[in-house]
Amino acid sequence: MPDTFWFALEVTLNGLMAGVMYALVALGFVLIFKASGIFNYAQGVLALFAALTLVGIMEGQVPFSHLINAVFGTSLHHIGFKVPALLAILLTAGVMVILAVLVERYILKHLVNQEPIILFMATIGLAYFLEGLGDVMWGADIKTLDVGLPKGISDTIEATTYDLFGYGFFIDKLDIVAALVAALLVTTLTLFSQYSKQGRALRAVADDHQAALSVGISLRFIWVLVWSIAGIVALVAGIMWGSKSGVQFSLSLIALKALPVLMLGGFTSIPGAIVGGLIIGMGEKLFEFFIGPLVGGATENWFAYVLALVFLVFRPQGLFGERIIERV
Amino acid sequence: MKKTFAALAALAIAASTVPASADLMIPNLSYRTGPYAAGGIPYADGFNDYFTLLNERDGGIGGEKVVITECETAYNTEKGVECYEATKGNGALVYNPLSTGITYQLIPKVAADGIPLYTPGYGRTSAANGKVFEWVFNYPANYWDAASVAVKYLLEQNGGSLDGKKIALVYHNSAYGKEPIRTLTELSKKHGFTLVEVPVDHPGQEQKSQWLQIRRDKPDYVVMWGWGVMNAVAIQEAANINYPMENFIGVWWSGSENDVMPAGEGANGYKSLAMHGTGMAYPVYDDLRKFVIDAGKASGAGDQVGSVLYSRGMYAALVISEAIRKAQEIHGTAAITAAQLRDGFEALEITEARMAELGLPNFGQPFAASCEDHGGPGAAMIQQWDAASKTWSLKTGFIAPDDEVLVPLVMEDSGAFAAENNIAERCN
Repeated sequence: MPDTFWFALEVTLNGLMAGVMYALVALGFVLIFKASGIFNYAQGVLALFAALTLVGIMEGQVPFSHLINAVFGTSLHHIGFKVPALLAILLTAGVMVILAVLVERYILKHLVNQEPIILFMATIGLAYFLEGLGDVMWGADIKTLDVGLPKGISDTIEATTYDLFGYGFFIDKLDIVAALVAALLVTTLTLFSQYSKQGRALRAVADDHQAALSVGISLRFIWVLVWSIAGIVALVAGIMWGSKSGVQFSLSLIALKALPVLMLGGFTSIPGAIVGGLIIGMGEKLFEFFIGPLVGGATENWFAYVLALVFLVFRPQGLFGERIIERV
Repeated sequence: MKKTFAALAALAIAASTVPASADLMIPNLSYRTGPYAAGGIPYADGFNDYFTLLNERDGGIGGEKVVITECETAYNTEKGVECYEATKGNGALVYNPLSTGITYQLIPKVAADGIPLYTPGYGRTSAANGKVFEWVFNYPANYWDAASVAVKYLLEQNGGSLDGKKIALVYHNSAYGKEPIRTLTELSKKHGFTLVEVPVDHPGQEQKSQWLQIRRDKPDYVVMWGWGVMNAVAIQEAANINYPMENFIGVWWSGSENDVMPAGEGANGYKSLAMHGTGMAYPVYDDLRKFVIDAGKASGAGDQVGSVLYSRGMYAALVISEAIRKAQEIHGTAAITAAQLRDGFEALEITEARMAELGLPNFGQPFAASCEDHGGPGAAMIQQWDAASKTWSLKTGFIAPDDEVLVPLVMEDSGAFAAENNIAERCN
């Protein structure tokens, strides 16, 4: 087999891996949209905020230290010890739950029965607020995130594929972890929604708000629940992306990578987010490999959207989205 | 009564925000928010802190206090232009927007408004030709100088020949990132190496395709023109594919602590260009600590002092302050205008003795501007990252660029700009 074939296969595999990373971000959008019909513009910023909080806790940083020092003339920066990664992740998950409660209490509660566009605009405001809050709480400098995840080329895969095909494949160990985490996350979310009481309530609200309310399901509780889960999913995405590039404010832009995934997979399907991510990841990498050199390269950003648009033409609801039926 | 109170309050607010007319007004078009904030913050802090030092220690420049007005651009060209329009009417003396995109937009505006634009190490390279760009200054070095210095360094490493070598340029797919392509293309013809262009789209969070290509093509060297998260991701990806870090060289905008820290040990040995020294081993930091940081007057949290980008912001402020001194000397007045400051920039000479006097010995290259030369000598050093000690160390002294290649390119590009804009050459 020529090297080009193996290289294309390597690109495909890496595209699938990148797609998993996109899907991790897209999952948060799907969860909130499915349960409340809100397109959460703040999902990327939630991932940034979660990652900032995680690093801050791990490093033992005093939140709002710059503000406190400026107001009171103190020089507080650190609490004097570092927090183990696992405990810090649990504490950050707690922060994301508190954030979900606050979002419901101070934003969503006041917007019940408003048009979706109003709710969407509220999440735009939330995104900017959270970005500023993250800056004031933890500072805007780049932070190194190391929760002990392996990084770099998998020597085992490289050696094995070299022995088998005469071509050593590159697969990043972090991407393998991300794929496993995504599989675990989807399984957990599916089991939760199928077999737990809260999960069934969540599905009921997703199907019909009014009917769910009439049987005594608390819409406010469901919103808190779904924003908490989306916050925890954002934390997972933040850990994966932050481990790769450090935690910095550009992390919020990973949402841009999730949009074509949503357009393709559908806004209401968890498997759709995964499959959409895989198709987008693989598609953009293969396009860059085959066509990129002919058009000057750097095609990935726009090609993902073109690919999603093509799918939209044939399936406006996305691959796994609920079928749009309009009756006269 | 209410009206009187409101009027008094308005007066008080106005008095507190508008500086005295004789102050030296310098807008700082900075970015402390958005995806590039991590680079914008230390630069802005270094810039502001140096002027605060002059105000606190020396009572300003020539007896005139410097007033900095910050305006947030978020590294966005439209916002940068808005900032310029919002601040130019307040007696702005000079602009330093730390963005090539904003610089391109401001070049015609500053010429029309008569305000100097100072873009050290960034912006439009051919603005080095003072015959065409009367109001723009980019000394001590520019992008094309950087590309040439990188190639000269590689020539030194390869016994004077790059014949048959392959160099990949990983660049930010923007006006900034594309700047060195022309120079490197010319240099590849001259020295016989193959140039492979590898663009990365903004912001550069995902670069798997690019680094798989590099893994396959196996270039002898990788040169990077990145900014923001793109740098950190590229260095991490290079480490992932086990690319030899000593063969990976970034431009000076890809050579800060922000770029290497996220990759941890993997970044060890990574190199970058440096147009000035870095670290705390300069006497100026004693004064900065005493008069600014410990006095609670630092622009930021004071935790960026001595970092690469803080040093660069401070260096830009130093050059501007020296240009102000020169303008005051030429025109015999402390309260100079923007047009008078332009004269100061054009007549500026900074010697090593002067740098030492300012507390920065062996920090930057000496240079002397002139009517024709707004670009300076263009030399740069090579620095290397040591992941264990988390420090940069200089590997070379200043390396001069290849003017034989660069000068004709600058003349051609600036000549085209002059023709497009009907600009008559000056300095004749």
